[in-house]
Amino acid sequence: MFSRIMIPVDLAHAGRLEKALKVAADLARHYEAELVYVGVTTNEPSSVAHTPQEFKQKLAAFAETQADTHGVRGRAHVITSHDPAVELDEGLIQASEDLKADLVVMATHIPNLSDRIWSSHGGTLAKQADASVFLVRGE
Amino acid sequence: MADTSDSQGIPEPEGTAGLIETDYEIGQDNVEGSLGPIGFDIHNPVFAISGLAVIAFVFYTLALPEQAGAAFSWLFTQVTQGFDWFFLGAANIFVLFCLLLIVTPLGSVRLGGADATPDYTYVGWFAMLFAAGMGIGLMFYGVSEPLTHFSTALGGTSVEEGARTDWAPLGAAAGSEAEAVRLGFAATIFHWGLHPWAIYAVVALSLALFTYNKGLPLTIRSAFYPIFGERVWGWVGHVIDTLAVFATLFGLATSLGLGATQANAGLYELFGIPVGETTEVILISAITGVALISVLRGLDGGVKILSELNMGLAALLLLFVLFVGPTVAILTGFVDYLWAYIEYLPALANPVGREDVNFMQGWTSFYWAWWISWSPFVGMFIARVSRGRTVREFLVCVLLIPSLVCVLWMAVFGGTAVQQVIRDGYTAAQDAELPIQLFRMLDALPLAGITSFIGIVLVIVFFVTSSDSGSLVIDTITAGGKVDAPVPQRVFWCIFEGAIAIVLLLSAGGLQSLQSMVISTGLPFTVVLLLMCWTIFRGLQQERRV
Repeated sequence: MFSRIMIPVDLAHAGRLEKALKVAADLARHYEAELVYVGVTTNEPSSVAHTPQEFKQKLAAFAETQADTHGVRGRAHVITSHDPAVELDEGLIQASEDLKADLVVMATHIPNLSDRIWSSHGGTLAKQADASVFLVRGE
Repeated sequence: MADTSDSQGIPEPEGTAGLIETDYEIGQDNVEGSLGPIGFDIHNPVFAISGLAVIAFVFYTLALPEQAGAAFSWLFTQVTQGFDWFFLGAANIFVLFCLLLIVTPLGSVRLGGADATPDYTYVGWFAMLFAAGMGIGLMFYGVSEPLTHFSTALGGTSVEEGARTDWAPLGAAAGSEAEAVRLGFAATIFHWGLHPWAIYAVVALSLALFTYNKGLPLTIRSAFYPIFGERVWGWVGHVIDTLAVFATLFGLATSLGLGATQANAGLYELFGIPVGETTEVILISAITGVALISVLRGLDGGVKILSELNMGLAALLLLFVLFVGPTVAILTGFVDYLWAYIEYLPALANPVGREDVNFMQGWTSFYWAWWISWSPFVGMFIARVSRGRTVREFLVCVLLIPSLVCVLWMAVFGGTAVQQVIRDGYTAAQDAELPIQLFRMLDALPLAGITSFIGIVLVIVFFVTSSDSGSLVIDTITAGGKVDAPVPQRVFWCIFEGAIAIVLLLSAGGLQSLQSMVISTGLPFTVVLLLMCWTIFRGLQQERRV
């Protein structure tokens, strides 16, 4: 049913992604799909990496560790953004199209008041992306 | 696969670059959390100190207006008069330093690594650095400054008790209209040409170099790593960054105040909308609202689009005035004024032994302090959009091209106004209050209604581009160099800037207090900039030249 599953990954908060990572891996195994771990970086140094190249290395390492742990086919895909605080949703939607992902599995928070005004990143993806979107709420 | 970055060091950016290995992790001093539904990620203590100190300043100005007014007036005089030589000397050093880098092999270092490619096209890049750098100032002073210097120069000198009491530049040009025009324009171009852009270029270059080539956070303190080492992440750095936030906030609020008064004056001229506090408050609120939308749309979706729109509108207005105004006089004037600038430059830039103290302290010294206090904001913004350029390309584009555009702008707008006085005897612009002078000049040209309207739109959009890019910059500094801090923080700073401008505009002498704060933060920041020249030199020496 699904041949390529995309999972957006925030390496600065990787600890909060456990549930979504497991769901994505389970689905990838079930459908024998490829799992693509997508990370967004800037050209400016960040809390995760000093350079975009370091970010690429870290994401690749993360993807490989995850794929090995869960026994799935996995790889990394990096998006470079000028202004990720604002351009994140657009970048992820574009990535889902570029990667031809047919399912996006994404960690998200339990909705609060501000989500009634501004959608969460996951909410925006569910509204706007062509791919199916599976939002995994935090604990 | 193991994380190779630890065992092999930090991977270089695109191509070879002299990365600095540090244990400091960006955001390690930040406080992350949420206030209700609103998330935040702020640097401790830069965010708190900056925010609280600014609030304290606003309360002081409002609670004790007379005392504050006297204190700020004293401060203003002390700084512009006592340190005039320092501002002038330092600005000369910045120009020479930039020119030197252009011609030495260090100019071939590429920002972002030897193989980096530019993030923005020339048009987008140039539009953004220009809109952030001069914006409202050009609209505000484009007509009035050449007119003022022309008038004072023509008026000659006057001396009381051995000291000059006139405001003419240098030795004035009493009785010679032609020379008064040349001197007037030379003085204006001096204030808007190489020197201010060299100030911006120093800050922008140091930030771009230490961020994109050295891998340090995008904050002012990073440029001081070669001097302070790891201590730069402690209190030394906190002070530098806090100072940068002050300078940016006060500089922006001053600009917003100037922009509001000019937009209000224009709206009165055009639609008869009354000039007053109510209109100005509505204007600042509405424009801050537009800036908010721009901030929420981000660097590419908001700031860049508005900057390009502004460039287009400004070019249209410039071409209109050029062709409808005294075209031949403007074009010959452009060359003549440029030559006059070169001719008078050594005397105008001389920091000691000057007789024209009023001009030197009241104009030049104040301008230099103002540009310097704006430099963290404009510099960081320019740095953020300049990755991928070589140092030489960067300096030529940041230093020389904007200077030439400023000369052209002044030649067209100021030149038309001066020609109106000399040739037509039309003195409405000369006699008007400062914010209205642009509109009075346009009045004497055809289609005044349309051009004045475009003028107001330009003031407003320049206002928006300053406010939104300023919010981005302050947010980045107060988030410890993180460019992906939660968006509500930008919203906070954007509203905060607007609120400061409104509160101080409503208080007696508010704008003067702001200007005093602007130049007072400019003084310590001059030291910061001088040190930056040295750290840039050291930093560039470690880079591979392409």
